[in-house]
Amino acid sequence: MADFTSKFWEWYILILVGLSFVFCFALVIWMSRGKKPTKIESHGHVWDEDLEELNNPLPAWWLYMFYITLVFGIAYLLIYPGSGVFAGAIKWSAAGQYEQEMKVADKKYGPLYEKYRTQPIKTVAADPGALKIGQRLFMTYCTACHGSDAGGGPGFPNLRDKDWLYGGQPEMIKASIAGGRNGAMPPWGAVLGNEGVHNVSEYVMSLSGRKVNAEAAVAGKEKFQQLCVACHGADGRGNPAMGAPNLTDNIWLYGGSQAAIMKSISDGRSGRMPAHGEFLGEAKVHLLAAYIYSLSNKELKAAK
Amino acid sequence: MTQDGSPADKPEKDEEKKEISKVPSLVQAQADELAALRAARSDREPGRGADTVRVRPTGAQRVPMLAEADAALEALYARHKKVYPREVHGLFARLRVLLASLTLGIFYGLPWINWGSGRQAFLIDLPERKFNLFAWTFWPQDLFYLAVILILSAFLLFFFTAILGRVWCGFTCPQTVWTEVFLWIERKIDGDRMKQMKLAKLPWNREKLLKRTGKYGAWILFSLWTGFTFVGFFTPIRELAVSSVAFTLGPWETFWVFFYGFATFGNAGFLREQVCTYMCPYARFQGAMFDPNTLIISYDKARGEPRGARGRIVDPKSQNLGHCIDCTLCVQVCPTGIDIRNGLQYQCIACAACVDVCDTVMDKMQYPRGLIRYTTENALEGKPSRILRPRVWVYGGLLVAIAAALVISVLLRIPLDVDVVRDRNTLYRETNEGLVENVYTLRILNMDNSAHAYQLSVDGIDGLRIQGDIERVTIESGQVRELVVRLQADPVNLKERSSHIRFRVQAEDSTSLVASEEARFLGPVIR
Repeated sequence: MADFTSKFWEWYILILVGLSFVFCFALVIWMSRGKKPTKIESHGHVWDEDLEELNNPLPAWWLYMFYITLVFGIAYLLIYPGSGVFAGAIKWSAAGQYEQEMKVADKKYGPLYEKYRTQPIKTVAADPGALKIGQRLFMTYCTACHGSDAGGGPGFPNLRDKDWLYGGQPEMIKASIAGGRNGAMPPWGAVLGNEGVHNVSEYVMSLSGRKVNAEAAVAGKEKFQQLCVACHGADGRGNPAMGAPNLTDNIWLYGGSQAAIMKSISDGRSGRMPAHGEFLGEAKVHLLAAYIYSLSNKELKAAK
Repeated sequence: MTQDGSPADKPEKDEEKKEISKVPSLVQAQADELAALRAARSDREPGRGADTVRVRPTGAQRVPMLAEADAALEALYARHKKVYPREVHGLFARLRVLLASLTLGIFYGLPWINWGSGRQAFLIDLPERKFNLFAWTFWPQDLFYLAVILILSAFLLFFFTAILGRVWCGFTCPQTVWTEVFLWIERKIDGDRMKQMKLAKLPWNREKLLKRTGKYGAWILFSLWTGFTFVGFFTPIRELAVSSVAFTLGPWETFWVFFYGFATFGNAGFLREQVCTYMCPYARFQGAMFDPNTLIISYDKARGEPRGARGRIVDPKSQNLGHCIDCTLCVQVCPTGIDIRNGLQYQCIACAACVDVCDTVMDKMQYPRGLIRYTTENALEGKPSRILRPRVWVYGGLLVAIAAALVISVLLRIPLDVDVVRDRNTLYRETNEGLVENVYTLRILNMDNSAHAYQLSVDGIDGLRIQGDIERVTIESGQVRELVVRLQADPVNLKERSSHIRFRVQAEDSTSLVASEEARFLGPVIR
């Protein structure tokens, strides 16, 4: 755990701390020794007309406080780290304390998570208690991108609808959370040219039944059949195996305006869902998958 | 007490007489010492020399007989001397017993009172984060009231100090009240002042051992009861009582019972007047509220001096004496160990024990009462005292205003709270229908004592709609509900890129139970 490559600084700290204690002890002893003055005299310092500093000694309890703090300091540095190479009697560290607390929490909540982990996701998704936990987890780990209502945003998929890039079966949702996803739409601007991009966008919009320029759409269809079918399929319904979106449902990850669609075609898009499996552990991912599954399958709750 | 003396006073009479005849030699020695000091410092005191012109004393000099007060300086090197206050009877002693019974009665009794079924009337429930006060329940959101109550208490202190001096210290301060109880126990076991002093000098024998065990034992029991009661304000006291008897107290409950017990034992048993003279900040800053019209306890120097012992039938004038017979009883009864005849001192907690005891002596001497009395600096100088003066009006006015504001705001308090947190990941969304959508998280806190169903509504933009079936929520008493709310508006209705909207939560079963909170709705402006 050493932050320094050489032991010099650790010895430097140890020696400095030791010398400080010797100095403080010596100072307190030096200042409190000697004969008590027999006569009250002023030090000659006067404030506010008549407030004088007198030579009376420090109250005994006050003096003891100095010794108590010094002894406390020594005891503290013997028990806790703080004096360089010597790590303290109980080997305390912030990381160690974190692990300790996590262990305690695991012991407390582990059985609860374990109970849900062994159930199928559809069963968990019908359990109101599990959904409460799932929502808390979602609020902590997922809202930053997907929104607290899981409605998503530009570039971040809506998790409330039935439209899934990588498949909406419970196992697929769990896989997306655990392993993350990398979606890549290559840029076609150089290949298609400005007009080609325009034509393809007209065709793509026509797939969702939007009003388009029929002539341009026909021209676009030709290009689409050459370049886009590999991923989005001949009918434009996409391919969940590679996360290619369905282009026929008028749901647009990066915006449904023609300008946004043209930008997607010409510049490409790249979406990344980070992997949470290792970070959260399987039990939490399982609960999250159940919660997310429940959002677009409300009938589960009704059935219960 | 009365001139004939009540039966309770009689046994003391003989003792007093003895003491009166005994003490003057000691007092004479003290007086000589003081006279020497006075001579040494006479240059610092205006108006003492016969030929000096009387100037209006200012600031610290207004305290009479400064030179004697300075004598206390010599005590800086002395070890602390235990004060053995002599028992005192009289009007103010009775008043103190009355007020102590009242305050202690409230302290020890209040946690046992229940309000409704099984609900402790006064309970600061820290784990549940709520405070039961009779029918009310307060939540951390209401901490504001605590600040107002503390301000109110401060003004009460200012108000009463300006008029009556340190009556708080002398009659109602917990330090005084508990010390009074401990003194009472001490007297029951060790006997009166003389016996206590004798016992302290005694070597450790069987009697002393027994008495000390008895006294400390009684103190400890009373202290533990105090600690137990104190914790009972924070933990349901009936449960606490059961687990105390069964020795199943939690570690923190045990700690606090013993900690407060120890603090009571130490403060009321040993530190006593040292708390007032060295530790208490209120003791010191009350002095700043004094003015020449403030009621103080004072020795009437003009009437009392020159002091001295004399026979009861002798006319003091014939011996060139004042009314003070120098019996030192006023010093013996003083719980802070000062001599009130030295003038107003910061140690004086205005307990009026010296007033009571001096009045009994005056009665016996058949002099008029009030040689030591409640008076004002103006009255002592023969000027009229005014009670209603600007600072009393100001303190009183502020007091009434703050108290009225507190009462009104508590009565109008709505036990419902709404917080709105706007989602931060996107400014807004466009739905496939072309509507603009914003997402909010609402935290609704039901602070009432029963569950309620609430209607959620929102306004601020024409046609603003709440999405989903969440317009009606039921929340249990004391529960917080987090609600994710999606609002949709038609962009043609958006006048600004950021519009003010207002969420409103209304209980279905009460028209007054309503809370609203402002929020912002973001969206594009179509021109």
